[in-house]
Amino acid sequence: MTTTSVIQLYVFVLAAFVGYLVITRVPPLLHTPLMSATNAISAISLVGSLVAAGSNRGTVSTVLGFVAVTAATINVVGGFIITDRMLGMFKRGETRKGAAEPSQAPPTKAERSAL
Amino acid sequence: MRDTIIQLVYLASSVLFILGLRSLTKADSARRGMQQAALGMLFAIIATLAQQEIVRYDWIAAGLIIGTIIGIPLGVMVPMTAMPQRIAISHMFGALAATLVGVAEYWLHSTDIGHARMGALGFEVLFGSLTVTGSFMAFGKLQEIITGRPVTYRGQNAVNLTLFAVTIGMFVYLIVEPASPIVFYTMMGLAFLIGIFMVLPIGGADMPVVISLLNSYAGLASSATGFAIGNNVLIIAGALDGASGFILSIIMSKAMNRSFNNILFGAFGTVQAASTKSAAGLSVRAISAEDAAIQLAYAKLVIVVPGYGMAVAQAQHVVRELAELIEKHGGEVKYAIHPVAGRMPGHMNVLLAEADVPYDRLYDMDEINPEFDRADVALVIGANDVVNPAARTDPGSPIYGMPILNADRAQSVIVLKRSMNPGFAGIENELFYNEKTSMLFGDAKSSLSKLVSEVKTV
Repeated sequence: MTTTSVIQLYVFVLAAFVGYLVITRVPPLLHTPLMSATNAISAISLVGSLVAAGSNRGTVSTVLGFVAVTAATINVVGGFIITDRMLGMFKRGETRKGAAEPSQAPPTKAERSAL
Repeated sequence: MRDTIIQLVYLASSVLFILGLRSLTKADSARRGMQQAALGMLFAIIATLAQQEIVRYDWIAAGLIIGTIIGIPLGVMVPMTAMPQRIAISHMFGALAATLVGVAEYWLHSTDIGHARMGALGFEVLFGSLTVTGSFMAFGKLQEIITGRPVTYRGQNAVNLTLFAVTIGMFVYLIVEPASPIVFYTMMGLAFLIGIFMVLPIGGADMPVVISLLNSYAGLASSATGFAIGNNVLIIAGALDGASGFILSIIMSKAMNRSFNNILFGAFGTVQAASTKSAAGLSVRAISAEDAAIQLAYAKLVIVVPGYGMAVAQAQHVVRELAELIEKHGGEVKYAIHPVAGRMPGHMNVLLAEADVPYDRLYDMDEINPEFDRADVALVIGANDVVNPAARTDPGSPIYGMPILNADRAQSVIVLKRSMNPGFAGIENELFYNEKTSMLFGDAKSSLSKLVSEVKTV
């Protein structure tokens, strides 16, 4: 194995350790955003696809690269957007005993769907 | 010089990714942390476009634009009830990108590639391919295009293992003799099949583990891509994704008290002839919305146990309404979230968060279990196995040993269920026959709406 490969192995092992330490601290509350976030981040494979699609090394490479760019971009854009959207939904409540604000959202929908 | 700058930008992106994931340890800091990670992604993309090797931008631009057009609605419009499917699809796209880059690399370099790099490339394409089809199958099962029941046939495990062995054999062969295109493409084809055959026998209720595992595989494929094309930020991001998925799958399988082996190859969910306690001679008590409403209105502590049924009925918003009414009457409402409730890790949490339930009311199993003793009412909405006492008491039951929520320890239990049909696991739930339990039959959403209007009049 070349030195580069060994160094890459170091990088992988260290990253896996960091990953383990960080992720075991994510509360179950946030497991879904964790999945979408790690998906979005691993779409950094876009970087590899960009080179394949843009280095003009033949039709096969370019076409495959194009499809890969598209797929990876879907994950990047969609993934970060949905992670952000989900994280925006988690709000703290005030501990209110008795004086809850009147709910407005779907009373009519509820009546409509009540048999 | 240009290369050095690009590598340093990649390093900065890696740091931002790690910090972004770390910010997910606290709900309050999470959003900003991930936005920083997104910035890191942007930097990495821009830096790559400046690479010397890139000489044409037309296909790149087309791919970026089309990808963005498809990605935006997938991010903005998908409702939380469809999150499991959406996650499955994104695993598919991620693995697809990794696989295609691998194929392109092989196409160009099969004759002059070293053994170590070939190993990475082979791994990338193997795991990538099986994750593409496996994720698509998972999507199909979740979306119910394919049956959610496990599909089994005789000799299935033998077929799968043989397939797997042959594929691994080809992989090893390729490391030794990289310049064998036929072997490479056949291996890829077989890997596609493996993905299909592996997910086929897995039942809908086991999806949380499968989805986490596919998450991990997609990450490992990306990491292998990094090894193959010599990109460190890819190695890091893939390792983070792989570790995350793997940890989640372990958490999920522990929460179901079943080993990986059992879930992947055990075809749980087929009707088992084991000691399913017969329901003969036992009766359930049905309750009307009026009476249930009285219990709820006067309760001091209500613990809601949501399950997949709540997601299916899209009842989460009405649950929140009911909770607010109970709080107006001076009661306290807490939500007990079992780790495998729903079809993916954290499913119930995002559903309830989408319905504006404050997240400090959502409790993990270990936090909330001691509280059931002092709860006046346990309100079980579309949850089944996670509250089945057989897991504690019946060694013959398929779910024996699984940690459950102690709903049966509450003073009174109200179960919202469509009918007495057994759930996915096909086993009877003793909780329903408990003398503290009353069943409120009907679709969850309409039952809850009735409860809302009744509680208003109390």
